[in-house]
Amino acid sequence: MIRSMLFIPGNNPAMLQNADIFGADAVILDLEDAVSPQEKDAARALVKAYLESVSHQAIKVYIRINGLDTEFYERDLHSVVSDQIDGIVLPKARVGDIEKLLTILYKIESETHMKKTMGIIPIVESAKSVLEIEKLAALSRIQGMLLGAEDLSADMEFERTKIGTEIDYPRAKLAFACKAYKIDAIDTPFTDTNDVNGLIADCQKALNLGLNAKAAIHPNQIETIHDVFSPSPKRIEWAQRVLLAAKKANEQGLGVFSLDGKMIDKPIIERATKIIDAAKKYRLLPVDHA
Amino acid sequence: MISGMAGTLESNDTMITVTPAEKMSIEVTSVVDAFYHDQIVKVIYDTLLEQKITNISVTCQDKGALDYTIRARLLTAISRMEEQDD
Repeated sequence: MIRSMLFIPGNNPAMLQNADIFGADAVILDLEDAVSPQEKDAARALVKAYLESVSHQAIKVYIRINGLDTEFYERDLHSVVSDQIDGIVLPKARVGDIEKLLTILYKIESETHMKKTMGIIPIVESAKSVLEIEKLAALSRIQGMLLGAEDLSADMEFERTKIGTEIDYPRAKLAFACKAYKIDAIDTPFTDTNDVNGLIADCQKALNLGLNAKAAIHPNQIETIHDVFSPSPKRIEWAQRVLLAAKKANEQGLGVFSLDGKMIDKPIIERATKIIDAAKKYRLLPVDHA
Repeated sequence: MISGMAGTLESNDTMITVTPAEKMSIEVTSVVDAFYHDQIVKVIYDTLLEQKITNISVTCQDKGALDYTIRARLLTAISRMEEQDD
């Protein structure tokens, strides 16, 4: 699982060459909205050359291609699909689009003898996509789903607000579907890059609805996103105490026991285990516990 | 006149202009000229050889681009020039 995905404009060398030092868990090299139509060829060539030159060990790398309703997507795919990336982010995704994309990916992977299997992250950004969330989550190779609230608001003809009540439904639906299929539920970017408190509140809301990650449009958003989507020191300490008590109870042959006056049973132990797993993954445990 | 251009004069980028010529010529100006002039010329030269292109004039205005950026901008400029020629 990831906490953050940072969009990097595909035709911006200064941003590209720093892609892996901003600290995001994953980056999305963008060939779509961040690139003007007359520069698509330049962005494609730059991203391809970048991928061929730079090795990424610590972060996941995805490419947002142009939509399947454009003239660009096939050239995008043939330029960038390779063992150097983890998957494709597909804008305005519908079930039929994913099936079409899968066919193209199978062909490229086979023809180029790739070792990797490309993952797919659909962007849910239309009313029809929202209605298809469950079907999208169940499709082959889907590694996560990203909510695109700006395009969705245009389709739904509602105003985007900082409180975000208008996207409660798609957020919750996406979170449930992703949880059910054990894939990443990635929240829409917060577009005011100077409003840290607004970003914290927006992340907290997404977290409370069950999403586990958020897209970022500026590197300065990463630290805040990680603060919210990582287990807090208090939760980690609680989880460690639960697991320690569970170990002792198990040695005593007890299935259920109490901690701080509260009953601890299997679901709570599983929750504590997940918190510790996440803390280990994000290196949040003291060294002797890692 | 047929030509192709790609890139920008932003920091870390390079602007490359190519035109058909009777023989290969490479002209480079760079903000890091004192240290990397020869390396930039080599990247351009190697890319042209790899593409089997010799009859070309290349002008590169570099703003501190890495090798892969220079290579990508050159390939785009060539592609744009060839599109004009079609």
